[in-house]
Amino acid sequence: MKKDRLQRMLVTSASSVLAVVVALVICAVLLKVTGKDPIKAYSTLFGAASEGKVLQDALNRATPLFISAAAVAIGFKMNLFNIGVEGQMRVALLSTAVVGGLVELPAPLHVLFCLVVAMVSGAAWAGIAGYLKVRRGVNEVISTIMLNFVALALVAWSFDVFFREETDSASLLVKTKELPTSAWFPDFVDRRLNGMLVVALLVLVFFYVLVWKTKFGFRLRASGGNPGAARVTGVNPMRMVAISMLLSGALAGLVGMRALLGDVHAYQNGLAEQQGFNGIAVALLGRNHPVGILFSGLLFGFLSAASGKLQLEEIPKEIVTIMQGIIVFAVVIINGAVKRWDERRIQRRAAAELERRAVEVAAA
Amino acid sequence: MSENTAVDAVVLEGIGKTFPGVRANYDIDLRVRSGTIHAIVGENGAGKSTLMKTLYGMHQPDEGTITVEGRQLVMSSPTEAIAAGIGMVHQHFMLADNLTVLENVILGAEPVGRRGVLKLGEARERLHTLMASLGVHFDLDAPVSSLGIGQRQRVEILKVLYRGARILILDEPTAVLVPQEVDELFVNLQRLVAEGATVIFISHKLDEVLAVSDEITIIRQGTTVATVTPAEVDRRALGQLMVGSELPDPSGRESAIGDEVVLEITGLDVAGHAPGSKLALEAISFAVRAGEIVGIAGVEGNGQLEICEAILGLVAAQRGSIHLEGRDVTNAETRDRLALGLSYIPFDRHREGLLLEAPLWENTFLGREEDPSMTSGPFTVRRRMEADSRTVIERFGVRTPSEQVPAFALSGGNQQKLIVGREMASNPKVLLAAHPTRGVDIGAQAAIWEELRRARDNGLGVLLISADLEELIGLSDTILVAFDGRITAHLDPETATPELLGSFMTGEMQETH
Repeated sequence: MKKDRLQRMLVTSASSVLAVVVALVICAVLLKVTGKDPIKAYSTLFGAASEGKVLQDALNRATPLFISAAAVAIGFKMNLFNIGVEGQMRVALLSTAVVGGLVELPAPLHVLFCLVVAMVSGAAWAGIAGYLKVRRGVNEVISTIMLNFVALALVAWSFDVFFREETDSASLLVKTKELPTSAWFPDFVDRRLNGMLVVALLVLVFFYVLVWKTKFGFRLRASGGNPGAARVTGVNPMRMVAISMLLSGALAGLVGMRALLGDVHAYQNGLAEQQGFNGIAVALLGRNHPVGILFSGLLFGFLSAASGKLQLEEIPKEIVTIMQGIIVFAVVIINGAVKRWDERRIQRRAAAELERRAVEVAAA
Repeated sequence: MSENTAVDAVVLEGIGKTFPGVRANYDIDLRVRSGTIHAIVGENGAGKSTLMKTLYGMHQPDEGTITVEGRQLVMSSPTEAIAAGIGMVHQHFMLADNLTVLENVILGAEPVGRRGVLKLGEARERLHTLMASLGVHFDLDAPVSSLGIGQRQRVEILKVLYRGARILILDEPTAVLVPQEVDELFVNLQRLVAEGATVIFISHKLDEVLAVSDEITIIRQGTTVATVTPAEVDRRALGQLMVGSELPDPSGRESAIGDEVVLEITGLDVAGHAPGSKLALEAISFAVRAGEIVGIAGVEGNGQLEICEAILGLVAAQRGSIHLEGRDVTNAETRDRLALGLSYIPFDRHREGLLLEAPLWENTFLGREEDPSMTSGPFTVRRRMEADSRTVIERFGVRTPSEQVPAFALSGGNQQKLIVGREMASNPKVLLAAHPTRGVDIGAQAAIWEELRRARDNGLGVLLISADLEELIGLSDTILVAFDGRITAHLDPETATPELLGSFMTGEMQETH
């Protein structure tokens, strides 16, 4: 039985690994066509893995991806597509930057307070989409995408009108008032690897335990796997939608905290940009499983950390973004194919095993 | 046998078909004479469908030959089968509700003139001839949604005839019909055969097969075991040929019905699906006592589903009350009702019964999340879920390599046994059993009946919904008939016959209060 489980795990990860390989091949062709040397590009890119600094940077960049992927995956587990992590993160960023600066607390408590504010505001923004789905039947894909635009504009406007700090410094960057140092999340490695990594890993552990080890998680997966069957066993589908939307939004609120509490310590336009969207890709590649997310988050973090090296070799670093895009495409396509193949394999094996036993019984 | 026909309509010789891990057909020999009704009977899983798919060109046999009207054929698609004059009427109708009868019939075979204009007049004329040969009459411009089930089936047959079929395959055509409609269908088929067509009729309902066919071929475990005429065999003999052993019998009772009422429905109304539409359930009242099986007969869609959903709390009661174990649960949550000892074998095992992609140990846990023996506080305990699953598998004889296999890898009968096992594992007080043996083989059917009987003797109250009238009459202590959202009859199974039930099921007869 252990063997069965191992085999299923291998099959599951196989399609993701294959997707990465496919993306590498396609990008190699792209490089070749544009007159660059793919071998040199890849040796530069992956050669960077031997540098401690790059690895630290990779972990640092992976931190928000772990969290946003978990936020997306928790919805995916019940067929709820929260595309709005980016917007929820943005709302949480500004509210935390503002509310966090209003209180005075000792260091660890102040950080904790900020994290709670971030989660509450992320959940509140996601709650709008949840409410629309439960009460009005609005598809959450549409509403979360639209709410992303609303969040972006609303946050930019209110930042500009109410919260920007007038400074006389020469810096062109406008920010909110800087958070007191008690609200700063300490670094592991100064200016290179922030301690939020621990929070991100805890989020993955929490995600795993909640979804795979609790009654709630079982019901969540049941309503994702077969809403009809979950319904007749007393799972209220609408309540489930509301809860998972809020949970997803709360995690989304944490996504930007490495940038806010661990790096800039104030809100500015463009802070933590794209980290919510990238979580969707990481969750897809990680097959919505914490272990998968760990690997795919590391990969994405590493790719963007190492992409700077490419420029030194006169290879456009955008190739990495293209690669990430192709990975997502490939994983979706390959997943479908691998799944069909695997289902047939399992069915065949089950039938063969039963036949074997029937023969044994007949012989005995 | 060659005195009245020059050529046999279909001859299959030595047909074999193997799927990965399963030998679905082997050594199939079948000779269907032209102008006859030829029945093919066998249990679910005996290989009837595989054989018919072979004959209809949906897949190719690994070995053997197919000869149609004297010509040996290799058919690589249904299109070629249709070209050879073979048509198939599927068990599930494939009609577009919003189109008219005429439009449905010509759909996909439209008579197109120059410049793409439909030549409807021509189609109309041909259809009138075909309707006459089938002995039916339709308003060709009526939308299919206005037709009853029996009429829709006739439209399906017309569709096949319109495409020029001389040999019709009917896959379990009576599964969806009430007895009176079955008789009408047979009249139509006999008429068609008299006009020279050939009908291949797949069924496992032995009485019908004996009544209508000229010849019967029995398939057992993938191969043809005998071809007989109705004159040579009776129902029992045919059944034994089909199963290879004694037939199970649903009836039998050792204990008396208890006094305690475990489920009581009083004056229940449930609103219709659309606002303003008529009630889905109207003034439903009945009681189920401990140790009693109350059967509900009815054509599908006459309120059976709504009765179950109302008892489960999935739809709200507009009026009336529901008592479980003496407690008023009219407004209680589904989960609380289940916790009081309510269990449910759902109508459709794929839609409501199983997590197909999840392993069996998760499937046997479904709906039992509050069972303290498998949980610890808010956490589930995998080890105990697996052990419990093995118990269910063992007790109900689910054929599976292990509890780690995903549910989709099981055959339909074994999936059903798993669901019945799960619902019984919580030792319920009240069981809602919707079609508990639908689509399972006779061995599994006997096992499920046995479990239901045993649980009933131990005091379980069962509400049994079934389309299998024999099952209803054999198992039930009281039979109710649901028609149009109401209970229109209370019958004693001792005196009820399928024909009597049929009269109530079609609404032809109704009890007056």
